[in-house]
Amino acid sequence: MPVEMPVQDVVAQARQSLAGAEHVPGAAKPDPLLVADGVRRSFGGVNAVDVEHLEVQRHVITALIGPNGAGKTTFFNLMTGFDKPDAGRWVFDGKALAGVSASRVAKAGMVRTFQLTKALARMTVLENMRLGAREQPGENLFTALVKPLWSPREREITDKAMHLLERFKLDAKKDDFAGSLSGGQRKLLEMARALMSDPALVMLDEPMAGVNPALTQSLLGHITDLRDSGTTVLFVEHDMHMVRHISDWVVVMAQGQVVAEGPPADVMADQAVIDAYLGAHHDTDLGDDALLDEGGVIDAEAEAEADAEIEEKQP
Amino acid sequence: MDLGQLFTNVLSEMTGPTAIAYALAAIGLNIHFGLTGLINMGQAGFMLLGAYGFAITTIEGGPIWLAFLVAVVAAVVFALLLGLPTLKLRGDYLAIVTIAAAEIVRMIGRSTALTEITGGSEGLTGNSFKHTFQDASPFPDDRWTLGPITLATNSSNSWWLRIVGWTLVALACLLVWRLMRSPWGRVLKGIREDEDAVRALGKNVYSYKLQALVLGGVFGALGGIVFVLASSVQADSLGRPVTFNTWTILLLGGAATVLGPVLGSLLFWGALIFVRGLLRGLVPDGALTVQQIEQVGWVLVGITLMLLIVFRPQGILGDKKELAINAR
Repeated sequence: MPVEMPVQDVVAQARQSLAGAEHVPGAAKPDPLLVADGVRRSFGGVNAVDVEHLEVQRHVITALIGPNGAGKTTFFNLMTGFDKPDAGRWVFDGKALAGVSASRVAKAGMVRTFQLTKALARMTVLENMRLGAREQPGENLFTALVKPLWSPREREITDKAMHLLERFKLDAKKDDFAGSLSGGQRKLLEMARALMSDPALVMLDEPMAGVNPALTQSLLGHITDLRDSGTTVLFVEHDMHMVRHISDWVVVMAQGQVVAEGPPADVMADQAVIDAYLGAHHDTDLGDDALLDEGGVIDAEAEAEADAEIEEKQP
Repeated sequence: MDLGQLFTNVLSEMTGPTAIAYALAAIGLNIHFGLTGLINMGQAGFMLLGAYGFAITTIEGGPIWLAFLVAVVAAVVFALLLGLPTLKLRGDYLAIVTIAAAEIVRMIGRSTALTEITGGSEGLTGNSFKHTFQDASPFPDDRWTLGPITLATNSSNSWWLRIVGWTLVALACLLVWRLMRSPWGRVLKGIREDEDAVRALGKNVYSYKLQALVLGGVFGALGGIVFVLASSVQADSLGRPVTFNTWTILLLGGAATVLGPVLGSLLFWGALIFVRGLLRGLVPDGALTVQQIEQVGWVLVGITLMLLIVFRPQGILGDKKELAINAR
């Protein structure tokens, strides 16, 4: 791919070329960023993950869906070095990453977020962001003692952090402790922090879990923005509306294996996927939309309830 | 009761070698716990190794710089031995291993098999290893008075030892201040909050924890040297209670603050001497023996500290806001 091509063309081309990929588990992609082979991880005789072959296309949004216990998060943990597989190898951006430590995986450009948000609570939002940056010489014990050696880089990092915080509308909170943010804001912070190192692949583990519906829309926007600025996104999610709305490609896992792959519309029409995961009524909205349109009262109530739930979920 | 004498005693203890030694040890523990979240229950072991390293090198004829170097290297090796196998595991394992290792150091130090080297349970008398330090003093041998305190210039609990000790404390504080506000300190704080998150951001958490353990241990060793330069090397005088007192001092002053450990040490030793002196003056003759007064002193200090932890859990210099977040 020519380097001088504008980023939006690169992304458009990547999405287009995906149309040629077969809609079968383990399908080959025209330009894969991550290729996993024979990755297996068992917990006491149960195969939590048993992925024969999986390719993740560069420059697109790939969703990983499946029922609880399908092994999606375990697969994330394996890919990012937070867990060790019993067998298997995988190549990321031309580098074999099997058996590589989590910090090196992140350095290689594959950065993840967590299902239960890991905001560093007793650090400020800005410090959280700065920690996400790379190549800060002051992170060496001896260089740290001489401020002039690291303060120029610190200024660059701070500028970048402020830029990202503005994008995620967290700039007003920069001096607050991360622990004082709401659940949705923490998700945003975690995502923004992951972007500090300009990763090639961002892996989001349930980015919508526990997020106030009012924030959902902007979070979706941030994820598509990521793709449009050239970052590859792989995310785990249970919210099918979101999956349908933003993903270019969907991978379905069940009992540790990849059972289906394809564009969202195709996959969600697949009878096997409906049986295994979605259920026959996945397309019908269980709530009555008409009620929501009538007035702001119910809407506001629902939101207040959702907020209360988020509060409860926070540890 | 002579209140003037009591305050002189308190002041002398607060500025004395014990307070200095504990301040240094607590500064080290602050790097472990306050900055990195490592639970080191064996700081006394680092102090004892520093003390042995210094004393034995001097007795064997080494110059003073070599004695300091050996003490520091002993602490570094000890930290690596403890950290390499345990720092990949959860935090509690380090706590168990450090308390056991500190006890092992003490037991080996006092064992009869090593009497030739460590003096066994008798220990090493102060005069056998203090000369190089005292010879390094620029002062003539004399007794000087400053305010209410009169001390020898060079021997044992001297002005010279206090000057060197407080200089070390000041340098240590300066170093911690610089590091806490550097990107290196930021990584440590991140590890304290959630090491998996820091790992996911591409930092080698294991290496940072090891660096913190080594650095804090070195301050422990320096504290041990100051401690024994005022008295003698005696394995049992640097046992578990020393570790627990160091923890108390750190929490009293405020963990994760620069001056907290120093303030904690001043107050801890000042309060102890004050309470004891007060009891001696107030309790009628014969009601309590001298030993009992000493023990009641510890009890009262303990109660005071408990109250302080209940009503000001962040310590004297700590930030209440930070603690409130942790409680969520």
